Amino acid sequence: MGGLAHYLEDEGLATTQISLIRPQTENTRPPRALWVPFELGRPLGAPDDAAFQTKVLRAALALLERTDGPVILDDFPEDAPASGTGENDEGWFCPVNLPPPPADLQAGGGFKAAIEAEVGGLSTWYDIALRERGRTTMGLSGMTIGEITDFVCAFLDGQVPDNPNESQSLGQSLKFAVEDLKAFYREAAGAQPGQNTGQEMNDWFYGGTAAGKALYALWPIADDLGEQSGDEFMKIFANRLLIPASQKFRAEKQEA
Amino acid sequence: MVRLADLDEPERTHLANIPCTSFDTQPWVSGPPLAKRRVAMISTAALQHRDDKPFMLGTGDYRVIADDTPANDLVMAHVSTNFDRSGFEQDLNVVLPLDRMHEMAEAGEIGSVARFHYAFMGSTDPVEMEDAARAMAGHLKADGVDSCILLPV
Repeated sequence: MGGLAHYLEDEGLATTQISLIRPQTENTRPPRALWVPFELGRPLGAPDDAAFQTKVLRAALALLERTDGPVILDDFPEDAPASGTGENDEGWFCPVNLPPPPADLQAGGGFKAAIEAEVGGLSTWYDIALRERGRTTMGLSGMTIGEITDFVCAFLDGQVPDNPNESQSLGQSLKFAVEDLKAFYREAAGAQPGQNTGQEMNDWFYGGTAAGKALYALWPIADDLGEQSGDEFMKIFANRLLIPASQKFRAEKQEA
Repeated sequence: MVRLADLDEPERTHLANIPCTSFDTQPWVSGPPLAKRRVAMISTAALQHRDDKPFMLGTGDYRVIADDTPANDLVMAHVSTNFDRSGFEQDLNVVLPLDRMHEMAEAGEIGSVARFHYAFMGSTDPVEMEDAARAMAGHLKADGVDSCILLPV
């Protein structure tokens, strides 16, 4: 981000920016930056909070009028409003009462049945979210949720399914399918009013759903497949782009 | 929140140690009062139209987002899984504040909003972005833009 600011200023355009990771901004030294103490993924702080977003945006844009450069790094003084901050607030929970995933999920067939059951329970909420938000962020894979389930679970069953998009590698297609799968679950789970943090949503998905468990099972399978096929992206996907760093402890627990 | 001290390992060490490019020069461009500026947004969230060519790992190219793009036409193709996407799924403005920018323009706090905004994919070496960024600067100036707000994810 700081590099882009450097290039744009060098071309004659004034820049300001939001910083999410302060040490990186300290190192790259862009001309004007506002560090915000928000969760990664939320540079404006809070979804559906126009007043707070405007406050952040106004503070970042105000740096454009400062003259005390060449390096300004200010701190935004407020935390983002979020759940789990009140004395009696128990935090966000998924409004859909999914059955706990079977403890002995193994091959794709078992995962497939469990995921299809979850998708069935979540579909109404996904549709509500779609209607109320007027948008979905699914679509990277070009597949329906049913096709995504079949595609991901085929890997878990030891198959190597056909690449649904030959213009990209199989690993890339699997990455987009997994992103769409997660988006479907999160959009359904977030359908009811209320604020969740990304951590809460990840804890629910990776710790409490069969789909989340399927991704842990997919990790070594995709790693092996990448090794055998020479699909370098598949290996990177398996080891770095599949399970968030903050959720990898669950895999370590399973191995212990 | 992202105060590194609040994060668990290995995320804290990973974020603290991401290599950063340093520059020998320190360009600084000033301009008119904010109320007279035309502002574009540059996101590194790998936002793209549904039918755009997807961002690929390590490439420094950009996608163009017309200011009147419907929110439902935008998806996020970022490769990283280490940031929250549920906020973006709930409200585009938490990543790309199109509505907030227009409200500020209507209120006279900024001069105007650019016709086009741009998206790169973060987690990319800035050196890989340089050619695209300098080309983008030409398009921004052709649109009358004099100022940019850069938005990470």
